[in-house]
Parts: sequence; C-alpha cells; structure tokens
Amino acid sequence: MLKSSLYQEEQFPSPLRQTWYEFRKSHVAFIGLCVLACITLFILFGPFITPYTPLEQNTDALLVPPAWDGNGGISHMLGTDGLGRDVLTRVIYGSRVTFGISVFLVLIAMIIGVAIGAFAGMNSGMRSSILNHLLDSMMAIPTLLIAIIIVAILGPGLVNSMWAITLALIPQFIHYTRDFVRVEINKEYVVAARLDGASPFRIFLFSLLPNMVEMLVVQGTLALSIAILDISALGFLNLGVQAPDAELGAMLSEGLDIAYIAPWCIAAPGAAIFIAIISINVVGDGLRSALRNRLKH
Amino acid sequence: MSLYLFRRLNLLIFTLFMLALASFGLAWLFPGDYLTNLSGIHFDSPEQRELFATIYRENEGILWQFSAYLEMLWQGQWGQSFSSGQPLNKEILTTIPASIELSAYALVISLFVGIPLGFIAGLKHNKLTDYGILSFSLVGYSIPVFWLALLLILVLSLQLGWFPISGRISLLYDIPPQTGFILVDILSSGLPYKWDAFVDALEHMVLPTLSISIVTSTIILRITRRSVIEVMSSEYIKAATAKGLNRYQVILRHGIRNTIIPIMPQLALQFTTLLTNAMIVESIFSWPGIGNWLLQAIYQGDYPAIRAGMLAVSSLVVIFTVFIDIIHKIIDPRRLYRQRVKI
Repeated sequence: MLKSSLYQEEQFPSPLRQTWYEFRKSHVAFIGLCVLACITLFILFGPFITPYTPLEQNTDALLVPPAWDGNGGISHMLGTDGLGRDVLTRVIYGSRVTFGISVFLVLIAMIIGVAIGAFAGMNSGMRSSILNHLLDSMMAIPTLLIAIIIVAILGPGLVNSMWAITLALIPQFIHYTRDFVRVEINKEYVVAARLDGASPFRIFLFSLLPNMVEMLVVQGTLALSIAILDISALGFLNLGVQAPDAELGAMLSEGLDIAYIAPWCIAAPGAAIFIAIISINVVGDGLRSALRNRLKH
Repeated sequence: MSLYLFRRLNLLIFTLFMLALASFGLAWLFPGDYLTNLSGIHFDSPEQRELFATIYRENEGILWQFSAYLEMLWQGQWGQSFSSGQPLNKEILTTIPASIELSAYALVISLFVGIPLGFIAGLKHNKLTDYGILSFSLVGYSIPVFWLALLLILVLSLQLGWFPISGRISLLYDIPPQTGFILVDILSSGLPYKWDAFVDALEHMVLPTLSISIVTSTIILRITRRSVIEVMSSEYIKAATAKGLNRYQVILRHGIRNTIIPIMPQLALQFTTLLTNAMIVESIFSWPGIGNWLLQAIYQGDYPAIRAGMLAVSSLVVIFTVFIDIIHKIIDPRRLYRQRVKI
C-alpha cells in the first residue's frame, strides 16, 4: 500500500485547476453554480423567449393568478399584476436590470478598490496611515447605510443609486487588497522581481495580481450579493429605479398595494432575488472552503 | 492603554468633525438658498434673512461660517423641518429611540439564538447537525429583509391575523412620551391600563423585530461557528483533553471564553447592520423611527431634515463603533486593532 499519494498524471494541475477540483467535490456548491449559470442564461436570452414586453398592459387580463391556480392560464405563467402586465416577463427584465447592474457595479468597485488598495499597500507612512484609519471607520458602517445617505444627498434615481452603491462597495476591496499586498510584498518572489529591476507597477501587474485573482473572486461574490441586496433595497424604498421600469425591488414595492389580492406579485420578484443571492452565497462559500482545503493539502 | 484611548478618541473627534463638515457642505450642495437649507426657514422678508445671515455669519469667511454652524449644532439648534416646521433635534430625539429600541431587542434575540446554534454547529463540525444549521443559516443570510417582512405580514397578519400590521401601539392607548423607548414609557407611566398597553406594544413589536433578527442571528451564528471551529482545533484544547478533562470541562473552561472574546466586537457591531435593516423595515411597518423619518424627508426634498438626519445616524454609528472598540480593548488587551473575523 502506498503511503504517499503520488500524482499520476503527466502535468501537475495549476492552482486554479486544483481549486476547481476541490470546488467540484462539494455538490451543493456545484448545484449553486448551475443555478447561477441558468440565471445568467435567462438574463442573456430572456427577451427572446418572452412573448410580452415588460411595460405592455393587457386590460383583458388583470390580476390573473399563476398557471397552477384554478383561475390561472398558461398564457401568463406567473400571472399578471394590477395593470395586466405579465409578471414572468417583468421578473426576467427586472433581473436583467438588478443583476446586470450589480455585476457592473462590483466590477467597477473592484477595479477602483484594487488600485487604491495596491497603492496603499505598497506605500507606507503618513498617507497610508490616514487611509487606514478612514477605512477602518468606513468598514464599520453597513454599505446600505452609506448608500442611503449618498442617495439622500444626490437625490433618488437609478444613476445616483449606482454611484452610491459603487462608492459604498469600494472600501472593502481596498481593505482586502491592502492586507494582501502587505503580506505578499515581502515574499521572495516579489523581492526577486524587484532585484530584477521591475517597477512597482510591473511588480503589481505580473507578480501580485495573478496571486490575487482567487481572493478577488471570493470577495467579488460577497460584494455581488451585497450589491444585489442593496440595489433592490433602494428600488424597494423608491430611491433607486423609479416605478414603471421593471426592477425587482421596485416591483416588490409596487406589489405592496395589492399584496392581499395578488400575493404572487410580491412572491415572484422576491423569490428571484432570493434564489440569485442564495446561489451566489453557496458558490462563494464553496470557493472559500475549496481555497481553504487546497491550502491545507 | 491611555495611548490607545487617546488615539481612539482622537479618531472619534476627527470623524465627527468630518461628518459635521460634510453636513455643512450639504447645505451648499442642495438646491435652493444656503441659509434656508441650514435653518429650514423660508424667509418672508429681506430683514428676516438678514437676521439669520448674522446668526450664521454668512458675510464672513467660510471658516467663520463653519464655526458658527458647529456652535449652533452644539447648542442643539439644528434648524427646523420644511414639512413639519418642528425643530429638527426634537424630531430626531423622538425618532432615534424608536429605532434603537427595535434594533436593541432584535440584537438581544439574535444573540440568544445565534450564539447557542453557532456553538452546536461548531462542535458538531462536518456532521449532519452542522450541515442542517448551516443550510438554515444560508437561507436566513440570503433572504432580503424587506421581502421577509412582507412574507411575515402576508402569512402572520393577513392570513392568520395573529399580529397587527403596522404602527407601534394601538391608537386606543395614549402613552405620554418620556424616554422615547415605548416599553419603558409604558411601565414607568402610572396609567390604569398599563398592562394592556404593554401587551399591545409587544404584539406590535413582534413582526418587525422578528424580520430583522432572523437575518442578524444567522450572521451571528456563522461568526460563532467559525470561531468555535478554530478554537476547538487549537493546541491548548488538545492539551486540555490530553490532561484528562472530559469534553464538557474542556468546552466550559477553555472553549467558551476563548471563542466569545475575539468575536465580541463583531457581534456588537451587528447592531449597525440591524439599524440599517431596521430603517428599511420601519418603512414597511410604519414604525415611527429614524429610518422612516429620513425616507420621508428624502421623498419630500426636506433638505434640512436630510442634513440633520444623516449627521445623527452616522454619528450614532461611529460613536457606537468606537465605544465597542474601547470596551473590547479593556476586556481583551492583547489585540491592537479590530480584526475582521471570517464567517
């Protein structure tokens, strides 16, 4: 019996591939990834399969219950709302707005946060000390509170709420990048690159960034679930996307008035947010434990 | 220690100063007259405006204007609301206790639910119990708080009719406000219908508290679980087991203390998340708290109220955070800075 597990293949798997093997072992995380892929497909190709448009009002079919109800029909799978708009269509278009914007915002916040964080991590002294203190107090405040305050200042509206959430998401990316750079900057491979005469920018781009990708993906999934929650919360409070446009949070607040006679109007958009966030969190958890297990081996 | 205290208080004062500066800048940035945005008064005559211009030192340099503003803030003259005409500091002082009350009860409930469940899950790491609790926590962690509140209203109020939908107490009861914390007010008042009112207030409180504490208790559960797993796999626990202590002795004497102390500030800091969630839930349940009030101010373009409300909420959060840091430093002097725990 072999005591050590020698690797049999010709190529040794790269760290990313090892993480993927570890990730695949957890069935829950894998299912989460599949759900996420389905949602992505729906967002990309949803408009091709919906027979209605999100603002199309059908006065012959007001408050039609979902298809499984006795009074419902197959022409409106999830029923219609008080103005005769198809709920399924609106959920698909709303998901496009909510999730699409969230991904976009997280990417922007990530780029800005990583840039500032790398700057802070590679510098020391007064400048980074001030940044540290400001960041530590910023990190303690929930992002939604920051976003509400920023929207209060800028005024309600989609673009303003996008600004607000981006600004609110940046501090955590700065924080994690800075901590990461602090630890890595003294390791030998970075020192070797510096001795080769690489400029700080080159060190960051070719030595640090490739090692940071996994941390960024994990933080990105966390930030994505926060962004979706925040943008739909702002929509729900009428601070983000304004009423007639399809957005999941705004749809929830519209459905509030008819919640008693048409509960599907608040069940459907809420469930869409819930499913998206839970699958993102499952994938994020799976990634984190995959990384933890890989480093343990 | 005193150096740490000095630095923390320094940071606190600096941050509060920055917040005051930001709110001062808001008066300039908001549309309309700068003096109207500061004082909340629409001036009828040039003479009246002149009077306020001297109070706020409008004709002097910007530094003098800011010092005048700080002075007014310090004296409690925060201006008045456009929509109600009431002094803002009074409105804030009546609404903030309602929010704090909601968040504080929710925090207590979350701690009592989250920490024991987190311990059970952490001790049974990688067993069925752990997976069960973890998946429950994942659901609670992912559910949007406003949707949860709506579902609770739909099921528990509209279908079953167990709890009232909105408000803080039934209009039948007239409780003279003293502290702003309704349960305290009811108990300290000498009214004959005191106990009926108390029960009624509790019934109104159930749904909002429940909807925000479900989310927070799952976060607390996950923080506790992670900490328990790390502590139970550490060397001193192995040493204690090797000495011959049984499992309960190990957990009681070495486990609990070392698990709770490092995560204490994180648990207390959930209060700020609670406060934010409370602000959303308030608007659903028409709870007369700061969140509902601030949202109304935003809808109505009530600029003095937005300025003052933003200042009040963010100062509250910052003061609370620094306070928790200092307490934690007193209890556990090993740690220099607050560290973020893993969930």
